[in-house]
Amino acid sequence: MDADLIVQILFAAIKTGTPLLLIALGEVICEKSGILNLGQEGMMLMGAVVGFIAAFSTGNAGFGVLAAMLMGSFMSLIFAVLVLQLGANQVATGLALTIFGTGLSAFIGSEFVGNTVQGFQPIAIPLLATIPYLGDILFKHDILVYLSFGLPITIAFVANRTRIGLILKAVGENPHAANAIGIKVLKVRYLAILFGGAMTGLAGSYMSLVYTPMWAENMTAGRGWIALALVVFASWRVGRIMLGAYLFGFASIMHLVLQGLGVDISSNLLAMMPYVATVIVMVVISADQFKEKLLAPRSLGKPFDPRDMA
Amino acid sequence: MAETLKKRHSIPRIELANITKQYPGCLANDNVSLTLMPGEIHALLGENGAGKSTLVKTIYGVVSPDSGDIIWDGKAVSIKSPSKARELGIGMVFQHFSLFETLTVSQNIELCLTPLQLTKIGNLASSITALSEKYGLNVDPDSYVHSLSIGERQRVEIMRCLVQSVKLLILDEPTSVLTPQEVSGLFQVLRTLAQEGCSILFISHKLHEVTEVCQQATILRAGKVIDTCEPAKETPASIAKMMVGELAEQDAGYSKKEGLHTVFSMTSLNLATKHPFGTSLKDISFELKAGEILGIAGVAGNGQDELMAIISGEDERNTGAALALEKQSIGQLSAAQRRKLGMAYVPEERLGRGAVPDMSLTENTLLTHSQGFIKSGIVQWKPLTDYAKKLIAQYKVKCHGEFSEAKSLSGGNLQKFIMGREIGQNPKVLVCAHPTWGVDVGAALAIHQALLRLRDQGAAILLVSEDIDELFLLADRMAAVCDGHLSPVVKTLDTSIDEIGQWMAGTFIHSPSHHSEETTA
Amino acid sequence: MIRIQARTEPSSLMKLASPLIAILCTLIFGCILFSALDKNPFQALHVLLIAPLSDIYNVGEMLVKMGPLLLCAVGLSLCYRANMWNIGAEGQLLAGALGGSVVALTFIDSESVLVLPCTLVAGIVSGMLWSAVPTYLKLRFNSNLILTTIMFNYIGLYLLIWAVNGPLRDPDGYGFPESALFSDATILPTLVEGSRIHLGILLAIIAAFIGWFILAKTHLGFQIRVFGADEPAAKYAGFNSKKLSWFVMLFSGALAGLAGVSEVTGPIGQLVPNISPGYGYSAIIVAYLGRLHPLGAIVAAVFLAVLYMGGDLAQIEMGIPIAVVGMFQGVLLFFLLACDFFIRNRLIFNKPITH
Repeated sequence: MDADLIVQILFAAIKTGTPLLLIALGEVICEKSGILNLGQEGMMLMGAVVGFIAAFSTGNAGFGVLAAMLMGSFMSLIFAVLVLQLGANQVATGLALTIFGTGLSAFIGSEFVGNTVQGFQPIAIPLLATIPYLGDILFKHDILVYLSFGLPITIAFVANRTRIGLILKAVGENPHAANAIGIKVLKVRYLAILFGGAMTGLAGSYMSLVYTPMWAENMTAGRGWIALALVVFASWRVGRIMLGAYLFGFASIMHLVLQGLGVDISSNLLAMMPYVATVIVMVVISADQFKEKLLAPRSLGKPFDPRDMA
Repeated sequence: MAETLKKRHSIPRIELANITKQYPGCLANDNVSLTLMPGEIHALLGENGAGKSTLVKTIYGVVSPDSGDIIWDGKAVSIKSPSKARELGIGMVFQHFSLFETLTVSQNIELCLTPLQLTKIGNLASSITALSEKYGLNVDPDSYVHSLSIGERQRVEIMRCLVQSVKLLILDEPTSVLTPQEVSGLFQVLRTLAQEGCSILFISHKLHEVTEVCQQATILRAGKVIDTCEPAKETPASIAKMMVGELAEQDAGYSKKEGLHTVFSMTSLNLATKHPFGTSLKDISFELKAGEILGIAGVAGNGQDELMAIISGEDERNTGAALALEKQSIGQLSAAQRRKLGMAYVPEERLGRGAVPDMSLTENTLLTHSQGFIKSGIVQWKPLTDYAKKLIAQYKVKCHGEFSEAKSLSGGNLQKFIMGREIGQNPKVLVCAHPTWGVDVGAALAIHQALLRLRDQGAAILLVSEDIDELFLLADRMAAVCDGHLSPVVKTLDTSIDEIGQWMAGTFIHSPSHHSEETTA
Repeated sequence: MIRIQARTEPSSLMKLASPLIAILCTLIFGCILFSALDKNPFQALHVLLIAPLSDIYNVGEMLVKMGPLLLCAVGLSLCYRANMWNIGAEGQLLAGALGGSVVALTFIDSESVLVLPCTLVAGIVSGMLWSAVPTYLKLRFNSNLILTTIMFNYIGLYLLIWAVNGPLRDPDGYGFPESALFSDATILPTLVEGSRIHLGILLAIIAAFIGWFILAKTHLGFQIRVFGADEPAAKYAGFNSKKLSWFVMLFSGALAGLAGVSEVTGPIGQLVPNISPGYGYSAIIVAYLGRLHPLGAIVAAVFLAVLYMGGDLAQIEMGIPIAVVGMFQGVLLFFLLACDFFIRNRLIFNKPITH
């Protein structure tokens, strides 16, 4: 394998890993607060279709991103109201969000299938892009990828070094205790869920404006679910999410790699690769129950009703 | 300055006037009034469910009252949230601590402070260390809470109140989780605080403690203030009468029995914990005889849960011959197989483990008692329902009927039901954890008598409890657990609360006389 | 003033009324949506809900859609009762279709009466296999069941697509991605002359009754309910959680596999890439709408089948995209979850409390 091919593969792995990274960064904040939102796939599709329509109608990809993030937050708001206000089961509500988002995105996007938009163009960063190999891999991306480089650092800082992070961790570990010392548990969780929704919406717009600048039904192909696995893979640590996202991204383009190497396997079998890889990862990381109990937010997925305190 | 001080002392620190709080189906507080002077240690007494917790949560802003007024330092205030309460100078130590195990001591304390308070304090860690020295709390700001013992955690909670210069400190059943020695340490801290002018509201149902440390007491019953008194001038019996109402039948001293042959034994059991914050069991051996109650004392979290789980088989690891029932090794058997051999359990957690909250009492009977009610895999609901009715009647379980959901029962009644269900299977061995925790006096008495009856019928009973008084009342022989170690087993008549208290603190762990006292006893 | 108050006992009336209220709310939502799209809402609802029941042929087609929905939903009801979050009915259905097709195509020239039973068994076993892997991974390696079953849906889909494009493609099919038509010996008998109502639908209804019997009458079913409602209690009682997990997952896999093989040997008659319009996912909603009760699932499956039929008709008659069905399903589940709040809470209309 020659160097050019390796550079191309790594470049593509980053591009493919970016939507996973964005979703997982949002979801990890949400899960740190104790909420498991399984609706990622639905929110992502909604982000993708709304982002596409907004960009297509205005001709401005920036509007598309904004609209997608708003849509993602709106979708997550439905989830938040059901789960936080009405005490609905988080798993069932997340599934409902995915089913709803899948259906609604196909519905409103049906007239836009087959169109393309002018998405974000790659920007080569002066000087950095000229570094041999590294420049080609890292510094010839579009603006959203650069944004995704900066986000993990910001989020890791907020989560680990600030009072906000401390409050988030406290709420996720023991919402009853947090409520007892006067932390507004529901408010924290609302914000965490909305943040997660905005990030997933952003990831959706990345799919329909950058990755494949078009809209197609179900175009996210399970990426929302893979991102959920990624959060577990990373043991709720932001640094590992970044690493994991690119590894998953790499797994997703394995079929291109293999084809590039001249391996003759049906493309349909190769298309299974990301999903098989996800299963294998789930098995390897979860086998150590002791570690998972230690690292997982303790109240994850459990209902909390402040009225129970009485 | 002196004048203001004087003025402060003439007005109460806090006055509650006619506080009323209604929950669906329960009037938790009914026109409760209470006054606390600066520097006063005041006891709030009452049975479980009398409304003590609701009242203090109202003061701390967790619960908002339906009506009534709170007057703080002479001014009417409305305490809408715990942060507002802390702003006023009210601190609270919860019965179930509100600490975060995955955070450090100083992070835990930081969470309770406003950014403004934080800047005022400056270096939090050093201020914690200073206060820790002043009051002898011995709290290290950098240790993680999960690594601390229960007693240490309580001191972190107290520290959390001290950093914000607390004027009223509320403690909800603070002694129930401490060894007797730790209790005297806590009282020392409270007295020091009170001398500095801090008012203390102390919830308890242990009368002798109240007489030791409190100047005033308010007694609640069914949400109402029944009486106030000076504990020093009362006897435990007179206060108990005020708490319970009509002169309730009291636990009298019960005779101790000598056990017969060994029914169950545990031999040199070592077991690593499965849970990150659990306790590993270390070289535990004991024998349980027919016709005796063996009591295990200890502060929560010292390995009791792990011990129960490995005996019952809920912890599925194979312990082989380390566990034996009637000389047969049972460590390899599943929980169900052990039950078939005649083992029964009353777990600490009644609702959610001992009984399924959303299922009827009939279904909850079937939970562990299936023998005779299953024919070729099909449940015989009719005889089962009849049996459930019989249990309810026999153990005087107050409920609407055998169709009532378990969660609709009070703790005491549910416990009577579970106790009846387990005893009804004529177990050879009954393992029983904290049987009367949170149960009213009447139910506790019924449960005690049921246990003694079972013992007298020849069953072997292992009784795990944090309530040292209860153990001395019921157990024929006793031991204590600390950090996964088991102390020597001694006859109850040959030991003292002081010795068991020392053992609960772990003084036996390195003593060479381990195991020797059994033979001398 | 309206206040929300927790009920002391959950309302059994609301438990039953909640799905009906949810359906009503969904219909109102539909009216608003269609009005916004300049479609006559009443005509749209008529096409969606009434037309599918208007004649014998349409009822038959509706039942054809109900069969797989019901089979999957019965299995899922048991899984969810046991708190096993199996989202993999879709993959198990596809696996059943694929496994059955392999047998059907192997014996395509046979006239034996045994071919059909063998094909059905192959489908059932394939479905069980497809649920067995995630179950094993969960029990042995503690991997997340939701995520592994979802992944197995995608893996199953690509495996099916690969098969119809490769080894199972009809050599005389001009390269279309579909298998040869099955022989008459492997086609499920129809129950009503002139319709496509096949044996699989009857099997689905029988499965629902079996599911109900297990849950309500057997000790096994009792253990499943305890395990799902309160795992610590099940452990305390000494129930074998692994056995229960295996049972519900294999039962569910078997039924989903049967659903899949019934599709290819029933209404379709060959293996094609798009066997299922998401029956496995819709079955989640059927299970919920039926209150995780196998008999309730029958009613719920009829409702969703009507919606599927109506979606087809609405596309043909009014040009409404078929995706509206998926959206309605999501909305329905939202409303259901919201209405369930009132099982444990109630609204109180009263004057403000005077102090």
